[in-house]
Amino acid sequence: MASLKELKGRINSVKSTQKITKAKQMVAAAKLRRAQAAAEAGRPYALRLGKVMASLAGKVSGEGAPKLLAGNGSGERHLLVVVNTDKGLCGGLNSNVVKEAKARARELIAAGKKVEFYLVGRKGRAPIRRDFPQSIGHQFDTSEVRTPGFVEAEAIAGELIDLFAQGKFDIAHLIYPVFKSALVQDPVTQQLIPVPAPEVADTSAAAVEYEPDEEEILAELLPRFIKTQLFTALLEREASEQGASMTAMDNATRNAGELIDKLTIQYNRSRQAAITTELIEIIAGAEAL
Amino acid sequence: MALHFELVTPARLVRSEDVHMVTVPGGEGDFGVLEGHAPVMSTIRDGALLVYKTEGAVPEEIQIQGGFAEVGENGLTVLAEQVEG
Repeated sequence: MASLKELKGRINSVKSTQKITKAKQMVAAAKLRRAQAAAEAGRPYALRLGKVMASLAGKVSGEGAPKLLAGNGSGERHLLVVVNTDKGLCGGLNSNVVKEAKARARELIAAGKKVEFYLVGRKGRAPIRRDFPQSIGHQFDTSEVRTPGFVEAEAIAGELIDLFAQGKFDIAHLIYPVFKSALVQDPVTQQLIPVPAPEVADTSAAAVEYEPDEEEILAELLPRFIKTQLFTALLEREASEQGASMTAMDNATRNAGELIDKLTIQYNRSRQAAITTELIEIIAGAEAL
Repeated sequence: MALHFELVTPARLVRSEDVHMVTVPGGEGDFGVLEGHAPVMSTIRDGALLVYKTEGAVPEEIQIQGGFAEVGENGLTVLAEQVEG
């Protein structure tokens, strides 16, 4: 049986932990609303750009297609772009993303391909390095910006396109958590480079005039499309992080509350036991006289 | 009937409204879009987008950077990377 002093100490320490988790939960709830709004505000652009892509890619295929669309012909070296958060305290979010990334990597390695990682966010580094110490190529740090935005997406996309142009990899996949609700954030994998040819849903074969011409527009559009995808991933990550954090901290606060109740009961019992023992001693002493 | 005009950036939907005419700084020269314009897709150079709410009205200037303009059946959609003002 722990002593009264020990119990009291433990109750206090759990109480202060509860204060922290509660504060973090409230912060996450407030940030979640903003992140969710940002993710929603970004959707029209992605949607429209996707539509434009679909109508263009259908027209420029075959010989003249740029490398970013057609690929460079080989599929040997894969780059996994893994988007993790920079901060912890968000439950299983990061480990789920890492799990997905590792599963992909094993799949590709089993198929005889070469795999490299490009990590965005700090929390993915350690667990991926543990399993694939040789394969971590590049990292992109987003921990110094408060809310990663289009500028960061642009920087990442630029770096990736440069690497592709230098022939450092053949196929890039993007792995990031998709925010479904505060309870559910599923990691998804998307092919990033070469841009997967969208299904040609181009029924309106109206003669569209292109200025300057299809190829040039497409050449400008593809990097933009990649940027937008990364931007979406960053927004989704932000919303997922806050959502997961809110849920995890809510649970933690509740658990702490339960623990405090349990410890308090234990504390009271031992206090009573101590009093009873003391009384018995006094009475026994009085009787002996 | 007026021209339906949408201006979208990665961060948000800036405009979605019916206007009379929009002058777009296209990659190969400015062009004005009225209702019923033939389908066109064009790159944009950095410059000012002129929005005429009604015929003969004083145009509203919107500075945009980088992107595309698409004229389709549902009007004009401008996808810009950055919008000022």
